[in-house]
Amino acid sequence: MPDTESALHVVAATRLRLAVVLTTIMLVLYFGFILLVAFDKPLLSILLSPGLSLGILLGALVIVSAWVLSFIYVIWANGHYDRTVAAAGQVAGHVGRPS
Amino acid sequence: MSASSNWLAILFFFIFISLTLAITWWAARRTKTTAHFYAAGHGISGFQNGLALAGDYMSAASFLGIAGLVALNGFDGLIYSTGWLVGWPIILFLIAEPLRNLGKYTFADVVAYRLNQKPVRIAAVIGTMSVVLTYLIAQMVGAGTLIKLLFDLDYTVAVVIVGCVMMTYVLFGGMIATTWVQIIKAGLLLGGAFAMALLVLSKFGFNPASLFAKAAEAYGGKVLEPGTKVVTGAWDAVSLGLALMFGTAGLPHILMRFYTVPDARQARQSVVWATVWIGSFYLITFILGFGAMVLVTPDVILKAGGGGNMAAPLLANALGGPALFGFICAVAFATILAVVAGLTLSGAAALSHDFWVSTVKGGKATEDEQLLVARIASVILGVCAILLGIVFQGQNVAYMVGLTFSIAASANFPALMLAIFWRRLTTAGAVSSILFGAIGTLLLIYLGPTIQVDLLKNDPVWLAQQWWSFPLKNPCIVTMSLAFAVGIVVSLLKPEPTSEQAFAEMERRAMTGSTGLAANPAE
Repeated sequence: MPDTESALHVVAATRLRLAVVLTTIMLVLYFGFILLVAFDKPLLSILLSPGLSLGILLGALVIVSAWVLSFIYVIWANGHYDRTVAAAGQVAGHVGRPS
Repeated sequence: MSASSNWLAILFFFIFISLTLAITWWAARRTKTTAHFYAAGHGISGFQNGLALAGDYMSAASFLGIAGLVALNGFDGLIYSTGWLVGWPIILFLIAEPLRNLGKYTFADVVAYRLNQKPVRIAAVIGTMSVVLTYLIAQMVGAGTLIKLLFDLDYTVAVVIVGCVMMTYVLFGGMIATTWVQIIKAGLLLGGAFAMALLVLSKFGFNPASLFAKAAEAYGGKVLEPGTKVVTGAWDAVSLGLALMFGTAGLPHILMRFYTVPDARQARQSVVWATVWIGSFYLITFILGFGAMVLVTPDVILKAGGGGNMAAPLLANALGGPALFGFICAVAFATILAVVAGLTLSGAAALSHDFWVSTVKGGKATEDEQLLVARIASVILGVCAILLGIVFQGQNVAYMVGLTFSIAASANFPALMLAIFWRRLTTAGAVSSILFGAIGTLLLIYLGPTIQVDLLKNDPVWLAQQWWSFPLKNPCIVTMSLAFAVGIVVSLLKPEPTSEQAFAEMERRAMTGSTGLAANPAE
């Protein structure tokens, strides 16, 4: 019991840390984009190639970064996190709720 | 549009209605308990729920509205698209899993988990109903206006049809029918939009940049640059951004969908799928907007009425003739139906599960009574939706969507975050945070330029001189911060030891779905 309990505490702390880091990255990227829209329109108006402004590229990249951050979290959670929680659940005699 | 394209649209629409009513009939025979009615028996897979979440979230405003915004203004539509998407990773990282493991049917289950049930539930019902009613007004008025435009139907008739069909889904088929309506609608919307984007891009060598370049050639480089359509001031931009980002994580009809999956792993899976679908949809809509700008031209779009809303249907007509036009009109109608059904069901859950069963009856009610009350609540909300749609006819309700997200981010999101992550939250803290967020948002919107200038036509200079005026269109930056602050300060003033003691047990359950106590009759 103490072993799996402490493993559970460790993985809970790791999950919280990862969640906070990923949330912060998402916040910085999105508000970075919004603040550029509000304060530096000339920068976003730079054309990288005919038709493609920096603003359009960055907007699309904000959407892509949301996907990438989600994938990072889910790959970690589906693997390491779920295994640890499942192991603790089996020792305690509970594997999730029946409902 | 001509009569011939209209009957095709009506034909497609009737196919959709017949299919979804058949599903409702099938679902009604499977809806025997409250777990079926509110949560589809927890039997929806992560992939299916991802599509249903996308169906719940991709409203007519985000399809027709953003396509129109881009078609008329170019770049600015992208600001809404990114804001509406970035809330989803936040739900994934912070909310989806604990919500699924700690609650049963509503997000109030989680907020009230370690607190005094009655006051918290009542506050949560107020938070939920403020969001549901403002969003319903926006959707119903949008529905009436759009259907009038697309099908030439009378406004009132359109609102009554939407209300009645939606009520049929919810009343008889509960969450099972609502989920499948949303899955079908999401499939149709994504499929239709994707096909149109391919047709547009095929004219530009499958290179979006050539399309944008063509638009810039015709209408000037400004269509590729940030304009003044969405962002008027720096603080307004940040405040709107906060509302869009955190409001998503406080929408009751979105949060409720996480109970339809069997466990936290599937809840997590479903957010990732939803993020993929919704993100792709926004990127596609951006292409469609520019496609409409080049192939239909802004003059024609404006002349069609609806303030740009006709951009996507007109583009469909230009690309695939009356057949595609009819199909896209029917998809837009289906989109409205699915969103109002989800909203009504979440409102019904708050009224019956949180208010009637948990507050009035102290948690003691038979399954039959709970189902009956849930169905009565659905009818009441359906009738309310129709009446509100008629009352607000012809009024500018564009601000309602911003208001909805602002209330959701200020009333529901802070309380939910504090309940999940902060040991020392107390009953008084949670209640005051929710009430402060909801009432504060309504008050500041009323005292700000959205109502005073845009709606009441007061002079902005006069408004700025009034001592009571509030400078921002969207108050979220103030109200959300204050809702967090009020929740924390009130909790610290008078600690609640029972809540603190239950935190460790709750934390364990948030991870594993069980409390780890061997003899717990509640399990």
